[in-house]
Amino acid sequence: MSAQTTNSKTEDGETRRDFLYLTAGAFGAVGAGCFAWPFIDSLNPAADTLALATVEVNIAPIEPGQAITVVWQGKPVFIRHRTAEEIEEARSVDVATLRDKQTDEDRVEKPEWLVMVGICTHLGCVPLGQKTTQPKGDFGGWFCPCHGSHYDTAGRIRKGPAPKNLKVPPYKFTNDTTLLIG
Amino acid sequence: MLRLIPILFCFVIAIGAASPAKAAEGEHPPHLHWSFQGMFGSYDKAALQRGYKVYSQVCAACHSMDRVYYRNLTALGYSEAEVKAIAAGFTVTDGPNDEGDMFERPARPSDHMVNPFPNKEAAVYANNGAFPPDMSLLAKARHGGANYIFGVMTGYEEPPVDAELLPGQYWNRYMPGHVIAMAPPLSDGMVSYEDGSPETVAQYASDVAHFLSWASEPTLESRKRTGFKALLFLLVFAGVMYATKKKIWANAH
Amino acid sequence: MASGERASFKNPVVNWIDERLPVFTLMNKEYGVFPTPRNFNYFWNFGAIAMVMLVLMLVTGIVLAMHYTPHADHAFGSVERIMRDVNWGWMIRYLHMNGASFFFIAVYIHIFRGMYYGSYKKPRELLWIFGVLIFLLMMATAFMGYTLPWSQMGGWAATVITNLFSAIPLIGGPLVELLWGGFSVDNPTLNRFFALHYLLPFVIFAVVFLHVWALHITGSNNPLGIEPKGKQDTLPFHPYYTAKDTFGLSIFLILYLLVSFYAPNMFAHPDHFVEFNPMQTPPHIVPEWYFLPFYAILRAITFDIGIPFTEIVFIPAKLGGVIAMFGAVAMLFIMPWLDTHPVKSARFRPQYKLFLLLLVVDFLILGYVGMEPADAMLFGSIKLLYLGQLCTAYYFAYFIVILPWLSRTEKALPLPSSISEAVLNKHKAKPSPEAAA
Repeated sequence: MSAQTTNSKTEDGETRRDFLYLTAGAFGAVGAGCFAWPFIDSLNPAADTLALATVEVNIAPIEPGQAITVVWQGKPVFIRHRTAEEIEEARSVDVATLRDKQTDEDRVEKPEWLVMVGICTHLGCVPLGQKTTQPKGDFGGWFCPCHGSHYDTAGRIRKGPAPKNLKVPPYKFTNDTTLLIG
Repeated sequence: MLRLIPILFCFVIAIGAASPAKAAEGEHPPHLHWSFQGMFGSYDKAALQRGYKVYSQVCAACHSMDRVYYRNLTALGYSEAEVKAIAAGFTVTDGPNDEGDMFERPARPSDHMVNPFPNKEAAVYANNGAFPPDMSLLAKARHGGANYIFGVMTGYEEPPVDAELLPGQYWNRYMPGHVIAMAPPLSDGMVSYEDGSPETVAQYASDVAHFLSWASEPTLESRKRTGFKALLFLLVFAGVMYATKKKIWANAH
Repeated sequence: MASGERASFKNPVVNWIDERLPVFTLMNKEYGVFPTPRNFNYFWNFGAIAMVMLVLMLVTGIVLAMHYTPHADHAFGSVERIMRDVNWGWMIRYLHMNGASFFFIAVYIHIFRGMYYGSYKKPRELLWIFGVLIFLLMMATAFMGYTLPWSQMGGWAATVITNLFSAIPLIGGPLVELLWGGFSVDNPTLNRFFALHYLLPFVIFAVVFLHVWALHITGSNNPLGIEPKGKQDTLPFHPYYTAKDTFGLSIFLILYLLVSFYAPNMFAHPDHFVEFNPMQTPPHIVPEWYFLPFYAILRAITFDIGIPFTEIVFIPAKLGGVIAMFGAVAMLFIMPWLDTHPVKSARFRPQYKLFLLLLVVDFLILGYVGMEPADAMLFGSIKLLYLGQLCTAYYFAYFIVILPWLSRTEKALPLPSSISEAVLNKHKAKPSPEAAA
């Protein structure tokens, strides 16, 4: 009860108490941390969302010169069946003059198929140029109406405020007519 | 520590008072041993695969399971490619396409299990006015769970002489009220097993009950694993706190 | 708070903040050095435990709301998506579902403790009233939460409980349509129940704040029911009771997790896993267990109240049941004025103790009656309804008759002169450190 009775043990007792305080505190902190993780992780994409993270596209009906837009992970993906002239045009550019230096070969698996996420790298608008009636910009590719970015036939930025080329999503050809995006 | 006893007692009473009411009628189904019971219980993948086979070849003719997706079947031990092949065996209606028409395509792993009927009304109409319930949650939606499903599958009997059954009704020992609108669905040998398990009604019933238990609670295994870790932590934590509390209180008495 | 009362802190940042807004001084005063009776037993853990459960319900609930869809067509499916597809969704949902039950367990024990040791008596009447208000708000919140999965159980619980209000004369019918936002329990009902289920916990939190504020004005009661007379009777809240509460909490959490992880559907009825069908009532519906005693009181009033042997009815049975059910909670509100005996703790009031323990048994029996079907029989011959009516009668008699009667007649046992004296005497008699908590 009083200081006298516990005097002989005080120093020892203090150390032991401090140790217990530390242990209890450490356990509490670790427990709270482990407990918090499931709640944070629950905000990550759920299993049903992940199950739709890839999309298969049948590209057989797309004629040279035509383009289609498919939805992948909630974003538009441009698939363009390029003509020989368009490929030629994309490959004849001197890479050194480009803002975002990339060769056409780096951006395609097969030269005739250009696959890109159709979101302008400036501020996220969807560029025009998919339909024949739409403006294709000064370089025959795409034109973003929001702030006037021009993309060429390889989807590279040539003019306007956008800093980067249109993004190429992960994709592969599972056979001659099927494209798997994601 | 002795002071805790009356409080624990309060707990027992509170929890005892809390157990939900039991079913009104119908005999209690037999108690089977299931591998997913107990603190470390888990599903038996072979039984799940057999149960899925029984479901898809027999039950699926009338019962939907639309909370379960083909992608979930990987939990039964199938590979991604096998699941894809299973899904591709079914046809789903998708659309509208660019021309505004609905079209049919093979199912994908991201589709839920296809419904045998286009809508509830069609299901009721095709089954003499009795709706075959969706099976996704059946094991949790019935008193007795897997035991009940096993009981109903194996509980068809000749009706007692004084029972009046309408056409299309059957007598079942374990069905609440004993009258069931479903004809006995299983018979020996109707589904072939590749793993040499007996092709009997009892085996089919236990496999399909196992499968439906998984379907209603697919996270059971991770739940038990997580629970074990959490409890282990809390037990140690409680020990540390007890020691701390004792040390702190030592000079207060 | 005058600046002169500020505590001093070693950490300069803490000191800087505290000079401008003395939150650390406040925390230190209310939870650090706060003088707390030295003789609490483990029953005094349940206030802190209930507080933790409230926070846990808020945290799990907010995360669940991020994944839930409050629409009649999608609610059931979105809950199943949480259970199957959302990362850890099953765990968060089971913690929330069983958390409600364990919150009520903690609060029921907390209420019992208040009754046993006379914590509702002067000067703590307002503190007690805030507590009953929290209990009432919890019931409303829990009921609305129960309906959100849009299951057979939840949908029909919503139907039955909202229909209670139709018993109110004249305005009953229009009032129920107002509650529903339609002519039956449907999407508008679900939508508003979701909004209120999200709102009410924060109201509870605010009332808890008032409850704790009032507690810190009067100070805590204690197992002896005599007020501390000086420093020798109290201990600083920290570290003594922070350590004890955390230990008690960890034991409580073990039980809670045991249920949540190994029997998560223990409190759930199978009809909770069938989607709501407004055309078909399940054969036997029951409320959640924590409402069962009140449900039994509701069903116990099966008779009209009027002038005997005439056709004159003042209160039809339906209205009588509703009045009785709400009256059962109202009793708790006025309890401080029904029991005016000067001695607080049941330790020194043997008769009061007997009747109170009888009330606990009575309440448990009412719970059992509420769980059984309306026409159930006891031992195959006696209508369970009669047992429910008997227990309802005792429940009200306890408050209206027994408490005032005991207040006047009961002779209490001699009280110890102070807390420290009682603690020291006990310590002398039983030197085991285990026993003297």
